[in-house]
Order: sequence, then C-alpha cells, then structure tokens
Amino acid sequence: MSVGAPRGLASSGQKLITEILHPLSAAEEPLSPGPDVTISAEKDKEPGLTNGTPVEISSPASASVLLSRLQLDGDPEADAHDPFGSGEPRDLFVTVDDPKKHVSTMETYITYRVSTKTTRIEFDLPEYSVRRRYQDFDWLRIKLEDSQPTHLVPPLPEKFVMKGVVDRFSEEFVDTRMKALDKFLKRVADHPVLSFNPHLNAFLTAKDLNKRQGLALLTKVGESVKNVAGGYKLRARPAEFCAMGEYLDTFSQKLGTIDRIAQRILREQSEYLTELREYGAVYSTWAGSEEQLQRPLEGVAGCVTTSCGALEDLSDNMSQDFLPVLREYILYIESMKNVLRKRDQVQAEYEGRLEAAVLRKQEDRTPIPVEVEKCQDKVECFNADLKADWERWQRNKRQDFKHLLTGMADKNISYYEKSQAAWESLITLLQEKQTEDKTSETN
Amino acid sequence: MSDFFIRMLCISYNFIHYVKPSLELPGLFSVVRMRIASSADSSSNNSRSQMIMADSGSSDEVAVICNTDITSTESENNLINTMVERGTALLKKMEISVAEADKRTGKNTVNMQETYTVYLIETRPAESVSEEGTPAAPDTLWRRYSEFELLRTYLLVTYPYIIVPPLPEKRAEFVWHKLSADNLDPDFVERRRVGLENFLLRLASHPVLSNDNIFFLFLTEEKGWREAVLETGFQDKADSRLKSLSAMFRVKNPDKRFTALKHYSEDLSTVISQLLRIRARVADRLYGVYKVHANYGRVFSEWSAIEKEMGDGLQSAGHHMDTYAASIDDILEEEEHYADQLKEYLFYTEAVRSVCRKHELIQYELEMAAQDLSYKKQQKEELETGTVRIFSLKGMTSKLFGQETQEQRESKVAALEQSIQEGEDALKEKNAESQEFVEKAWNDIERFNEQKEKDLREALISYAIMQISMCKKGIQVWSNAKECFNKM
Repeated sequence: MSVGAPRGLASSGQKLITEILHPLSAAEEPLSPGPDVTISAEKDKEPGLTNGTPVEISSPASASVLLSRLQLDGDPEADAHDPFGSGEPRDLFVTVDDPKKHVSTMETYITYRVSTKTTRIEFDLPEYSVRRRYQDFDWLRIKLEDSQPTHLVPPLPEKFVMKGVVDRFSEEFVDTRMKALDKFLKRVADHPVLSFNPHLNAFLTAKDLNKRQGLALLTKVGESVKNVAGGYKLRARPAEFCAMGEYLDTFSQKLGTIDRIAQRILREQSEYLTELREYGAVYSTWAGSEEQLQRPLEGVAGCVTTSCGALEDLSDNMSQDFLPVLREYILYIESMKNVLRKRDQVQAEYEGRLEAAVLRKQEDRTPIPVEVEKCQDKVECFNADLKADWERWQRNKRQDFKHLLTGMADKNISYYEKSQAAWESLITLLQEKQTEDKTSETN
Repeated sequence: MSDFFIRMLCISYNFIHYVKPSLELPGLFSVVRMRIASSADSSSNNSRSQMIMADSGSSDEVAVICNTDITSTESENNLINTMVERGTALLKKMEISVAEADKRTGKNTVNMQETYTVYLIETRPAESVSEEGTPAAPDTLWRRYSEFELLRTYLLVTYPYIIVPPLPEKRAEFVWHKLSADNLDPDFVERRRVGLENFLLRLASHPVLSNDNIFFLFLTEEKGWREAVLETGFQDKADSRLKSLSAMFRVKNPDKRFTALKHYSEDLSTVISQLLRIRARVADRLYGVYKVHANYGRVFSEWSAIEKEMGDGLQSAGHHMDTYAASIDDILEEEEHYADQLKEYLFYTEAVRSVCRKHELIQYELEMAAQDLSYKKQQKEELETGTVRIFSLKGMTSKLFGQETQEQRESKVAALEQSIQEGEDALKEKNAESQEFVEKAWNDIERFNEQKEKDLREALISYAIMQISMCKKGIQVWSNAKECFNKM
C-alpha cells in the first residue's frame, strides 16, 4: 500500500523535524479543511506546542472524533471502562490471539494472528487479519522509536529467553507472551500520535511485512536524534523532568521489590501446597481403618484437596498474569528513562549551540543561525510531547495498577471462597449425621 | 458427653463469631447455648428447666453467642453442668476445675533445687448458691504433674480392664517451629492446665473410675494423699504386673476381638502420629505464606509516598496486608486445640493397648493353669494305672531302679489329688477372673468407642469451623484491600 507523505497532524511527531517551521515564522503551513476548533480545555491531553497555539486536527476522521467528543459530555469515568484510552472514542481496534507453531527446516517459531478493525481512512479496508511473529513486533517497535523519538513507545516482552531454562513453546510461555504483545499493540493503537505511524499501518495490513521497505529517510533522521550532540553537557534540566526521573527511579525500585515479594510468596505457597497434599492423604488413610468416622474423615480429606486445587489456581494466576505485567512495567520505565535521556541530549545540544552562537554574535555580530532556533524548536517540541505522553502514561499506569492489584485481591478472595464452601458443606454433612444419631438414640 | 469438645466449640464460637442461623445444631449444643445466654444465672435448676425448653436455635440465640463475652471458667462451668444430665454420682455432687498454674521451687528426691509447676484444683459443691445468689467459694489444693501421674498409675493397676484416660503430654511434641518446646513456656503450661482439667473431668464422668476413693482424695486431700495411695499396696500389684507385661509370652488361643482391637489401636496410633507430624509442617508453611505478605505492607507504604492520587489507596491497602500477616498467629494458636484433641486420642491408644495386653496376660495365666491341671491329672492317671504315657524322669528312673512301694505310690496319689483339687480351684478362679475381666473390659471398650466416635467427630467439626473462620478472615482482609485498590 502506498505510504504517502505523512498527513498532517501539526504536532511535531508526525512531521519531519526539519520541516517544522518556527511558530512565529512568516510562512504559514496551509491548514487543511476542518472545523476550526479551539480545544484549549483539552490542551493537556493533546500534543500541542508550548506557546499555546491551538492544534489543528486535519484528518476528517479525527475531526469527527473531536465533534463527537464535544457532543458527548466529558465522561470522567471513561478511564474506568477504557484502561488504555484517554477518553476518546476509539476508531482503531487491534487484537493479538491464536498462537500457532511453525516448523521449518531452518527454525521453529510461533506466529500470532493480528486482527484490526478500524474506521480510519488511512486504512483501505475496515478489517484486516495478518499473522506476525515476535521478530515483526520487534521491528515495529524499533521503527516506532526511530520515527517518533520524542514519544514514549510501549515496551515489548523480553526478547531473549534462555533455551533450556524456559520452554519457548510451552502453553504458559506462549500465552503470557501473547498477552503482552496484545497489550503492546493496544497501547500503540491507542496513542494519538503513534497510532498514525505508517509503520504501524504496514504492520497491521501488509500480507508480507517487507522489513527493508522504504522510509529510510525517517530512519536517518531518527539516528540523527539518537546520535545527537556528543559532548554537549546539560546545564539545567527543568524541574519537572528531574521530578520525572526521580519518580521513575523510585517507582522502578518499588516494582522490583514487589516482584521479589510475589515470587517469594509463590515459593512459600508451593511448599505449603506440597505439605497440604500429604496432609489430606493421611485423612484418607485414616478413614480406611474407621467405620462410623469413615465418611467424616473422607470429607475432611476432600476439603483439603479442594483447598489444594484452589491454591494452585491462585498461584498459577499470580505467575501468569500478575508477574508478567509487573515486569513489563519495569521495562516500560526503562523506555521512559531512555526518552528522558534523549530529551536531555537534545536540550544539551541546543544550549551548547546557543552559547556558541551568542559568543560569536558578541564578537562579530553574526546573527543567531537558524539551526539554533531549530534546535530550540526541537527542545520545545520534545518537552511538549514528553509531557503529554507522561500524563497519558501516568493515567494508564494508574488504571493498569488498579486493575492489577484488584485482580490480585479478587484471586485471593476467590481462593478463600472456594475453600470456605467446601468446609461449610462438610459441616452440614457432619451435623446431619449427628442429628441422625441423636434421634436414633432417643428413640 | 463430649465435654472437652463442647468447650472447644464454645470457645471457637466466641473467637469465630460464626453465625449461621439456618444450621441445625444438635440438641446438646443448643442446651449449652441456652446456658451461655443466661450467663448471670448460675443456678442449675433454672438452667435445667431452660435446657428442657431449648430447641435447635433461632438466629437470635446464635447471635447471643457471638456477642456474649464468656470467660473460660464460665464456659467450663457450663460444660460441667450439662454433664449433670447424664452424670456420675461424683459430678452430681461437685464441680471440678483446674483453675490456675503456678511455679514453685523445692528440693527434689536427690536433694537438688528444681523449679516445677503446680496446678490449682478447685472443687465446689454442685448446687452451691449462697443467699446473695453468688456461688460459694471453692475448696482448693495444689498438685504437681507427678502427682497426676501417680494417680493414673494407681488407677491403671487397680482397674486393669478399664481404658484409663491419658494425661496431657509431659513434654511438648509435634511442635511447629514457632511454638516453644519449653516446659516452662506459658502457652505450654496453659495448654497443659486445660489438658489436666480435661483428664479430671474424664475421670469424674467415668461410670467406674468416678467412684474410686483415691481419686476422691486426690481432689480433696492435699496432705497425706501420697501416703494413702501407697497404703493401698498397689505398688506390689504394679510391680508384678509390670514384670509380666514386659515378659514375652505367647497365648495359644488369643481372643479374636482383643486381637482386632489391638491392631486397630496400633493403626490409629500410627495414623494420628503421622497426622500430627504433617500438621506441624503445614502450620510452618502456612505461617511463612502469611508473614511474607507483611512485606507488601511495607513496600505499598513506601510506594504511596511518591504517588499523588494513588497514594491513599496504596497506603491503606498496605495496612490491610499487615493485618493479614498478623492474623496467622491467632489462627495457628487456635489450631493447637485441635492438635491437643488428636493427641489425647493418640495417648488413649496406649491405654487401649495396655488393656489388651493385660487380657493377654490373664489369658496366658488361664491357659497355664489349665495346662498345669491337665498335666497333673495325667500324672495321677499314670500312677494309678502304672502306665507311663508321659515321658518323665520319674518314669525312667522307676524303670531303671525298680518300682515304688504301694505306700509310696498311694501317698503320691493323695498328694496329687490335693494338688489337682487346688489346681481345679485355681482354674475356676482364673476362669472367673478372666470372664469378669472380659465382661468389664468390653463394657468399657464399648463406652470408649462411643465416646471416641463422638469426640473425634466433634473435633473434626470444630476443625472445619476453624478453617471456615480462617477463610472468612482472609476474604475480609482481601476485600478491604480491594476496596483500597479501587480507590487508587
């Protein structure tokens, strides 16, 4: 499919950085038709330029989105239902499922079905279904990072697993990985900037993902941002970015601790389970040598067994659903820190160039070169993007962890409920017998 | 009446606040419930009429248990009163309890200083109400564990056909790591106090043992009791019985019922030991699981410090995690009651085996007496008829050295006849003894089996109630935590 010139969201992320004009420069960007809507109320949600220029949203699809948002009452509970959204009605739905093993002479690997449903006009069809393997997701992520260096790209589950330690083809591993890939794609699809990236489009629609396809230009640009300004030292990082960095460090540490605690609990539970199984078995043995007490004892053995099963479910859930999400957030935090570092570099370069230019101006009245002003733009755009993404990230994080922790609480409650039900039915049984005996005694 | 277990149930109900109005409770339990509800009224007359009116409960009465704060002494009294229904003469007369424990120091038999624990036995006339309506002051005396042991040994010897209730363990066994195995540890002493009281109540409610005078003196005469016991001369019987019990002997016609009983008690002993061992390991592991959750409490608290909107929810959730971790202490302490119930029956198996062995001894002695008699009869026959059927040295020597005189033979026959007469008397006596033993023993064994079925069933019920309570606590805590997470 054709990958034309990127259509214009005026935010920096979509345009080539070199093409962005200084907001105060004379030449104006032709604004595409669309309702001229000031969305100052939504400023903190949308990526915008720091000087307050309202953002024109040009694509009709997004315009209708805007319109519907204005028509609907702002829904504060949107987050509760849509953990990945920022409250906008979504027009791009992606799902990862249906893992399949492929065996070839060279290698064995797993592919997943990626299904897309959309009303966006960037897509030729309303529905797509393609098969992708982990490598493809990795490719997509690299491309996204390169082409949107000022934005936070969600993390992927870990790439390498030690062969022999983890079975790459076990149902559990594949299932865990698939859930993480699904989450990755959903987060990307949900991002107001990343979701319009042509690479994502290709990923979702192309029958054969030719990973060497075009867009080399973007790649070069991306590299230029990455390899920016070796040697420029950052003078003064704005306080808010310092705070972000500190927050991420502490948060990452706490998550690491929670991971360790959860693992320890799993270990203890496993040992408890082993003993509990043996314990139940002894009641069965005992029942064998009793007459009147046989049924009660078998009953106790049964309750213990039920509790064992319920405990196993709890442990499985913790290791398959809870821990992976935790670990993924640790990776997310690492990504975030990388983006912060990049930002620092961009700012450092700007400061360095500015200083040099000012000195020269003082010496021989050379005007400040345009490059320096462009650097300033870079910095400001980056800061803006980052702040917007940060807010979004914080919101999502809150939802994700609310979901994760309530899930953990639910699973524990469910475990106790199952166990309680078993014991309660045993009591009924035992006391039935008692009243039977009592009445037969008095008769 | 399974007094001990009713008491445990009462205490469990108190801790657990288990309310299930639809539950059909057995008649006895509803009786106890009524008693608890009318805690102020200690007159057993009133309570008995209330008992008659009580039927399996309405939800109101069940709620009363949960809210009533009964002391353990009260509940123990309640139990004793309910036992009066089907009680022994002794229990009709007096209430018995082991109220306290205390430490003493003194010189022991080898003149060394030692610290030991003494227990306060309280006895009170059964229907003691003074004019003001308060119960009269009890008679009290102090006893140490070794005196209980002496009492039991005396009963074992004096009533060999009775399964004598066991004492609580001398040293703590089957402990899980957090529990102390130290004899002077207050928790151990407390559990032992309960065990000793249970022992006395079992004796007091036994149809045979409750009438024993030495037992009565144990409860009422502090000084001079030891002498009284020794005066009964049971030591001699004890010694000779002990010797024969440890000797190896084979019974030709073992009683099948007793053999089966012996095997059953061996099986029971094995399985309960196993159960207690594994239960201790399970307790250890469960302790670990709960305690690790306290770490969540700490980390949530630390994490909440860097959060804005999420902070409060996290912090409160952390507190609940701490509560969860702390809750295991009480849970496992309660479970010790269950372990004690099992231990009692573990020790009971020894008493059962002891009765079986004593029967074997009597059987053996009977067989020996019969054998001895028939041997003598044959001898007499030989002498009379002159035939030597039994190979004997006498026979050989008479063949070698000539026959005896008529006189000698006649006197031998006369001696033998007397011996035979004595032997027949002895056999008759042994037979009677054996029959009496078997009759009394089986009486008691049947009583014991009934008691065991009831007690163990109720122990299992109370164990199930404990498990349910643990589940409810868990649900409560995690629900609270979930609420906090939802507020994040």
